[in-house]
Amino acid sequence: MQSETILKVENLNVAFDGNKILEDLSFEVKKGEIMAVIGPNGAGKTVLFRALLGLVPYSGEVSWQEGIRVGYVPQRFIVERHMPLSVREFLSYKDGKNKISEVLKWVGFHTQDEHHLIHHLLKQPLGVLSGGELQKVLIAFALLGNPKVLLFDEPTTGIDIGGEETIYNLLKKLRDEHELTIIFISHDIHVVYQYANNVLCLNKEKICFGPPHQALNTEELKKLYGTEVGIYEHKH
Amino acid sequence: MDQNLLFTLITAGVVGAAAGYLGSVMVLRRLALAGDVLSHVALPGIGIALIYELNPFLMAFVFLFAASWAIWLLEKRTNLPTDAIIGILFVASLAVGVMIIPELEELGEALFGDISKIDFFDSVLAVLLSALVFVIGSKIYKGLVLGTISEDLAIANGVKLRKINLLFMILVAAVVALGVKVVGTLLMGALIIVSGTAAKNLSRSITRYASLSTIFGLVSAPAGLMIARTYELPPGPMIILVGIGIFLLSLFARK
Repeated sequence: MQSETILKVENLNVAFDGNKILEDLSFEVKKGEIMAVIGPNGAGKTVLFRALLGLVPYSGEVSWQEGIRVGYVPQRFIVERHMPLSVREFLSYKDGKNKISEVLKWVGFHTQDEHHLIHHLLKQPLGVLSGGELQKVLIAFALLGNPKVLLFDEPTTGIDIGGEETIYNLLKKLRDEHELTIIFISHDIHVVYQYANNVLCLNKEKICFGPPHQALNTEELKKLYGTEVGIYEHKH
Repeated sequence: MDQNLLFTLITAGVVGAAAGYLGSVMVLRRLALAGDVLSHVALPGIGIALIYELNPFLMAFVFLFAASWAIWLLEKRTNLPTDAIIGILFVASLAVGVMIIPELEELGEALFGDISKIDFFDSVLAVLLSALVFVIGSKIYKGLVLGTISEDLAIANGVKLRKINLLFMILVAAVVALGVKVVGTLLMGALIIVSGTAAKNLSRSITRYASLSTIFGLVSAPAGLMIARTYELPPGPMIILVGIGIFLLSLFARK
C-alpha cells in the first residue's frame, strides 16, 4: 500500500442554524484506499461528504491533494419514468463525449453483444433504467470527469447489477484497474469488513477510525448505534 | 398581406415559441400550475399602466419580475413551500388587479389580451426578447435539467442552481409580460404549459422534447390567430384551443 496522503481532515466542524452536525472530526485517507463511513441515520454522513466537496460551510481544515479531481455519486434517487432525457444526453452533460462507451464498459455494461447493448442503453430514457442500471450510470457519470477519488453515498446493497457482481465488487475492481481512491457511506457494517481498508464510525463526532478489525468492536458499535449490535462476520 | 397582420403573426409566433421553450422546463420541474398562476401576477401591473397611461408590457414585466424575486427570496428565508408562496401572491394580485382596473372592457383586455393592438414596436420587442430567451435559456438548460433530476448532483458538478433558477424566473417573467398582449394574463400560463405537456408525450430525449415544445408554441399561436380571424372569434382563447388540440393529438401518439 502506498502512503501518499490524498485527503487530510482536521478539526472539521459543521453546524446548521446553531445545531452541531459534525464535531471536531479528524482523519486521513491515503491513495488507493477504500474507506467506509458508517453510522446511524442523522449521524452526519452525507453532510460530511458535502463538506468534503465544499458544498456546505464548515470550520476546520479539509485538505485534498493539490489538483486532485473528485467524482461524486449521490444517494440513489428516483428519476421520473417519463422524464424525456436519454442516457446518452445525461452522460454527455458531463463532457468527454468520446469516452462514454469506454466508461460504460468499466462499470460493467457488457455482454456478448457489447456494441448493441451499449447503443441500446444510450437511447433509453434515464427513468426506465432498473435500480442497478441507474446506479452504474451514475458511477459512469462520475468517472467521465476522470476523478482520482470517488465519493459514493450509500451504494445500495442487495441490488442486482448483473450477474454475480455486487456494487462493492465493482468498486473494488474500479480501484484496482483505475487507481482510484474510494470513500463510501454505508449502513451495512458487514460490507465494511469485506471491502474497506479503513472505517470511520460517525455519530456527529468520530467514534472510531482505523482498519475494520481493529476499529470495530462491540463497545464502539454500542456507542455508535446506541444498542447492542452483534457482528456476524461472513468468512468467504 | 396586411402589414399589421404580419406584425401580429410574427409576434404571436415568437412569443409562442419562447413560451413553449421555457414551458418545457416548467413541465419537467412539475411547475406547470405554478407557471400558470404566476402569469396572473401581471394583472395589477397592467391596471396601473392603464390608469397612468404607461406601457402595459413594461408594468407587467416589473410586477412579474418583482413577484419572481419575492418568491425566490421567500423560498430562501422561510421554509414555506413554493406553491403556497405563489398561491398567496396570485390571489393578492388578482384582488388588487380587479380592484384597480377601471373599466370592465379594459379588464377583459387584460385578462384575455387584444392582439389587434400590436404595433411595430411591440413586434420588435417580442422578437428581441424571444431571441434573448433562447440564447440565455440554452446556456442554463443543462443545469436546470440536472437540478431537476438531483439538486445534489447538479451542485456537486458546479451548477450554480440558485443563480440559474433566478435567471430562469426572469426569463419566464419576460415571456409572460410579452404574452399579456397576445393571449392575456388569464391564458398566458396555458401558452407556457400546453406545448411542453404535449411534447413530453412524444419525447424520449431532451433534444426532441425541447424542440417539439418550441415548435408547438411557434405553430399554435399564429394558427389560432388565423382561425380566430377567419371565423371572427376571440384570438387569445383560440390560440390556446389550438394548443389543446395538439395536446389531445399527442395523447394518441404517446410513446
